[in-house]
Amino acid sequence: MRTLDRKMLRELWRQRTQMLSIALVVATAVTTLVAMRGTYEALERGRSAYYSDFRLAHIWASVSRAPESTREALLDIPGVAAVEPRVQGFASLDLPWSDAPGQGLFVSLPERRALVNDVYVREGSVPDPLARDEVLVGELFFEANDLALGDTLVAVLGGVRRQLTIVGTGIGPDHSYVVPPGTLYPDDERYGVFWLPHKEMAASFQQDGSFNEVALRLAPGASVVPIIDAVDDVLEPYGGTGAYGREDQLSFKVLQDELNQNRTMGIVFPAVFLGVAAFLLHMVLGRLISTQRSEIGALKAVGYTDSEIGRHFLGYSVVAVAVGTALGSVAGLASGGAMVDLYATYFRFPELEYRLSARLVFIGGSVTFVAALLGGSAAVRAATTLAPAEAMRPAPPDRFARGWIERLAIVSRLSNQARFVVRNLERKPLRAAASTLGIAASVAILVVGMFMFDGVERMMSVQFQWTQREDVTVSFIEERSSAVVTSLGALPGVRRAETVRLLPVRIRSGHREVETALTGLDPNGRLRRIVDGQGREHAVPPEGVLLSSILASRLRVGAGDAVFVEDLTGHRRTARLRVRGVVDDLMGSTAYADAETVRRVSRTDTRSTLALLETETTDNEALTREVLDMPSVASVSSPSRMVENFRQQLDDSLLVAVTFLVGFASVISVAVIYNGTRIALSERGRELASLRVLGFTRSEVATLLFGEQAILTLLAIPLGWLLGHGLAALVTTAMASETYRIPLVVSSRTYTVSAGTTLVASLASAWLVRRRLDRLDLITVLKTRE
Amino acid sequence: MVGLSTHSGTSSPLLEARGISKVYVMGEVEVHALRTVDFTLFEQEAVVILGASGSGKSTLLNILGGLDRPSSGTLHFRTEELSGVTDADLTQYRREHVGFVFQMYNLIPSLTARENVALVCEISKDPMTAEHALDLVGLADRLDHFPAQLSGGEQQRVAIARAVAKRPELLLCDEPTGALDAETGKLVLEVLDHVNRETRTTTAIITHNAAIAGIGDRVIRMSSGEISDTSVNETRVGLDEVQW
Repeated sequence: MRTLDRKMLRELWRQRTQMLSIALVVATAVTTLVAMRGTYEALERGRSAYYSDFRLAHIWASVSRAPESTREALLDIPGVAAVEPRVQGFASLDLPWSDAPGQGLFVSLPERRALVNDVYVREGSVPDPLARDEVLVGELFFEANDLALGDTLVAVLGGVRRQLTIVGTGIGPDHSYVVPPGTLYPDDERYGVFWLPHKEMAASFQQDGSFNEVALRLAPGASVVPIIDAVDDVLEPYGGTGAYGREDQLSFKVLQDELNQNRTMGIVFPAVFLGVAAFLLHMVLGRLISTQRSEIGALKAVGYTDSEIGRHFLGYSVVAVAVGTALGSVAGLASGGAMVDLYATYFRFPELEYRLSARLVFIGGSVTFVAALLGGSAAVRAATTLAPAEAMRPAPPDRFARGWIERLAIVSRLSNQARFVVRNLERKPLRAAASTLGIAASVAILVVGMFMFDGVERMMSVQFQWTQREDVTVSFIEERSSAVVTSLGALPGVRRAETVRLLPVRIRSGHREVETALTGLDPNGRLRRIVDGQGREHAVPPEGVLLSSILASRLRVGAGDAVFVEDLTGHRRTARLRVRGVVDDLMGSTAYADAETVRRVSRTDTRSTLALLETETTDNEALTREVLDMPSVASVSSPSRMVENFRQQLDDSLLVAVTFLVGFASVISVAVIYNGTRIALSERGRELASLRVLGFTRSEVATLLFGEQAILTLLAIPLGWLLGHGLAALVTTAMASETYRIPLVVSSRTYTVSAGTTLVASLASAWLVRRRLDRLDLITVLKTRE
Repeated sequence: MVGLSTHSGTSSPLLEARGISKVYVMGEVEVHALRTVDFTLFEQEAVVILGASGSGKSTLLNILGGLDRPSSGTLHFRTEELSGVTDADLTQYRREHVGFVFQMYNLIPSLTARENVALVCEISKDPMTAEHALDLVGLADRLDHFPAQLSGGEQQRVAIARAVAKRPELLLCDEPTGALDAETGKLVLEVLDHVNRETRTTTAIITHNAAIAGIGDRVIRMSSGEISDTSVNETRVGLDEVQW
């Protein structure tokens, strides 16, 4: 080993705390990149393999009842490659292991492998096509209820109670995300997807020789929109409710939104961390090297060249980055695996596996390395450009003058000690600014990481406490007359019943069109309101529509503009409606209207798709069971149960996220503050020791050393809040999707934790350095330099 | 005990400085550290450069050693022109031909005595071993001590070993005894004398201590950036006679 390398290793070891703090900053950056971006890549990989291997449909369409022969007509549409007609329907479930009733979406299985939306069988097998009582159960439901192959469950299929034996578990590509109809969040214990042989389904749902749902795959390059129109034309006589493409298919859409968000996070967070790491490496390594000024001078004097010296100091960067990258890869592998496992509780693919990506490790390593290189080389250059004779002398005393801060009236009244601190800060304004920015970055990271939970909590409150005020939501398979509502309102325990009508429509403005539900609300209703992200309520317009702002921006319309609304049920009439306003709501992409307006668009009598019930007690299990047994009821759900499910999940992930973020932010604060103080100590040790010799106490000397860092930390906290708020605004914009928009809300909890973490980290850093300061050997320090 | 040995008379010039001046600009003030100095150093001689603080002696030494460059004037090492060459050329010059001993030793604190010497051996063409160099300065038994474990005199002897290990043609010592007490200082000068005799290296010693002047072949006196006087010591003073 060369002597210069030995010098490096020995000094790395001596400064191991400092080097470790730098390596940890690199590690956090690499961890976030490897874990978050890696998770996105795993999901994307799993999804695209699944969709292509199991032939996800391009177009879906529901009908009331279409004869088998319609299939040929659909196949004749140019661009259609495969057609898979299915029978599907809802059924209530008796779950022997649970008091609560369940619900299921039952889907038919063809006798051969499905040409479109083929089912992946994880365990067991598909039901025998001829068997009457065998069922393939969706994997999420199966796992949530801890079932085993051979277990039985009871389903009410077409009004008949049937005992079914579980012969296998599986997932469908159009059911990788499963939520009960009319809801937004999975309820895997009570709701699932089930597959029965086609023959059984046809018999149970009175669809012999016919189908009520069809899925199509298109030839490569075929254009979706004209084919949707052609499919609508073919199916219209059979009660088609409008074909739709992938971007309007729930499972696809939710997954797509989730992946888009994941990709955003996988860019934003690692970018912030890499940026901070790069900045810190630049700053800290630069300072470390400048403390070696006289050694660089000596090396130059004995004949070492600038490039030899440069390479030597580069070694420090290489070691710090290599150690950090290695640590980050290991931590990234572990947390990436955990994140993918977490996703697997919501989304199911045949193959979903996190793999450590050499490419990501390389990117993380090289970005931080380049930053280290730049920081280090600037300092080495500064030291090597000095003539060796000058470099070997201690740096000349800084030229002090009364700066502008000191001329401020308040400062001039301060004690000498305080003035000493202020003067030191003022002398190196760039360095002070850099330190402040570094500390602010750690505050900002916490704000960005934690505000998301504040936002999601606000979103849940807006949706499930202010918007959906009912205790029980009942959704119908098809629209019902108002008589049904009256009968629901008369059920025991029901205090009030209201209805909502969701009319499938296509809204057009110019050449832009969006498929959505026109939501018809009762203007006198109390159970469903229109509430925006700020919690403000908007009145149901007496005529015209109120649009979600995300919908309005897709259509490029605003208040006062007119849109064309095409009813996708019945006779497909188009009405011209005026946009009465735009509402910044948080979930879904909705067009709100008065129930009467919806009636006029559809030219039918008043009907309803949802019934909202206000009940006397919160225990509604008996009511749920009773309602589920009624014909045409697709599902019964409860907003409060949804919130409960969600909160539980949120609290768990909040704890994990906060733990990580606090750790990461502490690493950054400590790296800035500890290194900053250590370097200040090595630069000013003589000065401080002189003061000790003059009779200053340890505490007084410590105040001088730490006063600077304390001022910087206190300045950095509000700056960090500001930065974090700005980043949070960026993140909310980048993550906004049609499914939901997280509002920009930063709670006092977030502000407190972010400031508290930084304060604790700075106190810890001060404590570490204080021990060193206390051991300051007065005689040696005074002797070291002439 | 004799002084630094004499290699007088027939020697040819090793280093020749003509009209060297050095001006530092500090803010709006120009400081003339050297004013048109002519100076020749002959092969194998030992020269003492004497002057008060601020007389320009360190500036002269730094320029002779290629640590700094003159503002004007020419400098030749044998036939090679040294004024106006690149930094890389100066580095090469120091690396191949010059050994330095500084007042503050300037050892690398994280390296042992042996390693501090090896540091230089590794970049030299024909070095002695680090052990041999340290033996030469009487530190054969302190090879694996770190600078912090050595006394000031011992540290300076390591610095001398580091300077001579590469077998330089020119040994430049800037106040080598400046930070040492008289007894230790004498010991260090003895080592320099010993090394000079063993290796026959041209040696220039800077000092503000007139008592040492007698140990060289020649004495150059400097004041205010100029050479005020040059004298030849007909007989050199023995180290045991030096008083300070």
